[in-house]
Amino acid sequence: MMKTTPFDLPGVEISWCPGCGDFKILDSIKQALMELELTPLDVVVVSGIGQAAKTPHYMRSHFFNGLHGRALSNATAIKAANPSLEVIAVGGDGDMYGEGGNHFLHTVRRNPGITNLVYNNMVYGLTKGQASPTSLMGFRTAIQMDGVRSHPFNPLATALVLGAGFVARANAGDVEETKDVIKEAIQYRGYALVDIFQPCVSFNQVNTYSWFKENTYWLEGHDATDFDRALALALSDSPYPLGVLYRGDERETFEGSLAAYRDDQAPMFRRRAPREAVKELIEGMCS
Amino acid sequence: MTYPFPRESDDVSCVLCGAAGLGIQTVEDMLARVVVDSDLCVFGSREYMSRVRGGNNSTELRVARSRVDALVDRIDILIAMSRKVRTNIRERIAPTTVIIGDREELGDELDDAGGVFVHAPLAELAAEAGGRIYSNSVAAGILLGILGLAPDLAEDFFSKRFARKKPDVAERNSMACRAGYEIGQRLADGKGLFSVTKANASVGKALINGSDAVSLGAMAAGCNFVTAYPMSPATGLLSFFAQNAARAGAIVEQTEDELAAINMAVGASYAGARSMVTTSGGGFALMAEGISLAGVVESPVVIHLSQRPGPATGMATRTEQADLELALYSGHGEFPRAIYAPGSVERAFLLTQEAFRVALKYQTPAIVMTDQYFVNSFYNVRPDDLHLLDEPTCVKETGADYRRYEDDPSGCSPFGVPGFGEGIVGADSHEHDEVGHVYEDFKLRKRMQDKRMRKLCGMSEEAIAPALYGSDEYDTLIVCWGSTIPIFREALSLMAFERTALLAFEQIWPLHSSTAELLGRARKIFVAEGNSTGQFARLLRARTGVEATGAVLKYSGLQFSVEEAADRLSGVITGKGGES
Repeated sequence: MMKTTPFDLPGVEISWCPGCGDFKILDSIKQALMELELTPLDVVVVSGIGQAAKTPHYMRSHFFNGLHGRALSNATAIKAANPSLEVIAVGGDGDMYGEGGNHFLHTVRRNPGITNLVYNNMVYGLTKGQASPTSLMGFRTAIQMDGVRSHPFNPLATALVLGAGFVARANAGDVEETKDVIKEAIQYRGYALVDIFQPCVSFNQVNTYSWFKENTYWLEGHDATDFDRALALALSDSPYPLGVLYRGDERETFEGSLAAYRDDQAPMFRRRAPREAVKELIEGMCS
Repeated sequence: MTYPFPRESDDVSCVLCGAAGLGIQTVEDMLARVVVDSDLCVFGSREYMSRVRGGNNSTELRVARSRVDALVDRIDILIAMSRKVRTNIRERIAPTTVIIGDREELGDELDDAGGVFVHAPLAELAAEAGGRIYSNSVAAGILLGILGLAPDLAEDFFSKRFARKKPDVAERNSMACRAGYEIGQRLADGKGLFSVTKANASVGKALINGSDAVSLGAMAAGCNFVTAYPMSPATGLLSFFAQNAARAGAIVEQTEDELAAINMAVGASYAGARSMVTTSGGGFALMAEGISLAGVVESPVVIHLSQRPGPATGMATRTEQADLELALYSGHGEFPRAIYAPGSVERAFLLTQEAFRVALKYQTPAIVMTDQYFVNSFYNVRPDDLHLLDEPTCVKETGADYRRYEDDPSGCSPFGVPGFGEGIVGADSHEHDEVGHVYEDFKLRKRMQDKRMRKLCGMSEEAIAPALYGSDEYDTLIVCWGSTIPIFREALSLMAFERTALLAFEQIWPLHSSTAELLGRARKIFVAEGNSTGQFARLLRARTGVEATGAVLKYSGLQFSVEEAADRLSGVITGKGGES
């Protein structure tokens, strides 16, 4: 049992299945935020749709639960509109890599200063057991009757080649280690991806707690600044490496590069209409 | 010889046409500026093909002594820069049209076009001035000479426009322009059409197109977050904000798709930004789910929907008014929205501010509808006629017991944002409780749905009334909306219809409460709109029970002209045709 945190939401009814890996991830997130001495008023948890995306309803912080696949767009904009907020976009593999796949690609490129936690259970839970973008080849479902025939999406390698500055993988079952990785991701200034292996106890009888235990290992002594090594690790799958694969130089964030903040640090909600500029522009159209 | 210039008229229509890449835009800007600096009025409307080079684009410039703000078919002077003049221009050539072109380029293409052809050695004079690329300035100079406008004003323009280029660029353009001017003066027998004009110094000096009017209105309302995926004809607003991002203090981002654009806009508005997206029909269709999201999370976002013909890709650079029902019904589920369709530059400036005011007050999406014709047309306006609304109020600081979706008789909950106050701020796309958490309870659902829809009462009370032009004692009512308003207004003013008025709508939804009564007073109603099925007529019937007598529809991809509007109104009013 984890320590209580300011992020606990007492009395909330959680609709995840008993034994779901999401409970452990929720604990890791709340613990990480507390250890970073953040408060619920500092943090916005943004999500889309799916079991993982219910996370913001089960903890105390600001939250924006939007549409399926679009959390990264919402999160990017929230961070841009008020860079002092700690913005965490959470969702599952279907939400982030399937429905929101295009936003995933371009959010990595855009590099907003947000943390992206993806609960990757290699299956669709909320819609009851269909294949996800990360389902392994041959995985049988009620839809993929002959087994999945599409190659699994590799989020870590994809993020790396798109220029992500922080790429990590964790395992829900390892709460303490996962918490540490999440902490490091939050502290990273730019876009940080943590793909978190998480067993679906109801719809994935292949990739279970014990399967993840047997098929993963935590990196030790890895130089996370070594891009080539990180990419090689991201492409390896037997077993899957866990931990921070890559932590690069902190390049300019999306919000940090905006002309809107060049002369004025105020978040958008504090700004007044630039009436003088409007008058000047109209005057400029008079000659 | 004496050419048939419209010496008795105060209103001269000039058309310049030629391939993309010939610098027609530059001389169009120059001519418009010179006209206004000569204390005259100008209206310009561009139509162009969906290509970067070549093709044959055209610009109509109406030059007049008093305000002009509508497209006409008539061509008094046609400047043809390139061969293969398009059919829709050729069809407008009348026996009194003076066609000016270089036979070297055009050959005998326009000899049998029906007008009076005048050969002008554009290429030769341009070469003397420094190169063939100055042909555009020679042509523009000819027009200045015919109109009797001072070439010095053109020189001022060139020196400003090319201030950052080598000095000889401005000089050569000026030299080319002056060579053309001398030809123009000769053609006009030394007496330019406007040379004896009494100066009217009160004409508006600001040259503004529809796109910039919407953009300026947004900026005046404090818009500080703009996301879009480029799409004709809606991209102008994105460009405007990109160019003015620092001085507007606005975040501007070209997104990977329209889904990202609208979802960023909704996210930003949750955090307190005043956000806006701009798109055309296809992109708007992609945004539909996000607009529904804005409805349920109660997000004030403004959407600029600049229409072009559909379905699907349709005609990328042409115009239509066929997305009214798309705007009205887009997004699943039921939620309140406001829809505006400005008819003029001044109104676009005002109504875009109004869209922000209403979106922010009622915390729900507002849509500003324009179209290709509207955004690419410009005229001179008085800055004093660009009215500023009071700036919308800022967000409220939250208390520790803050609830985002607190019930209120108005339907509008206090608008708090994360990072300002002691309260937790939630937003949820599911049906939710007052805090914003997903909670499936049938009574709560009904309460929340009622709360959101209740906003429509206030929005209806604050709706903009349609404007009535013409006889107050009307039997016949012409109805139109958005960009066609000035066209039908001018058409009506040309005709001697008895007991006929024009009812012009610039707020499409919710409709003003006077609508049913105003329609009910007419014996005959004709609804004119730029689509093939009469979408606005259908809305009026649904909301008021009043069925239009007939329709005047256009959906060729081109806007109505004043003459066409007048002809077709005559047809329907006299019962001799005129419907689509």
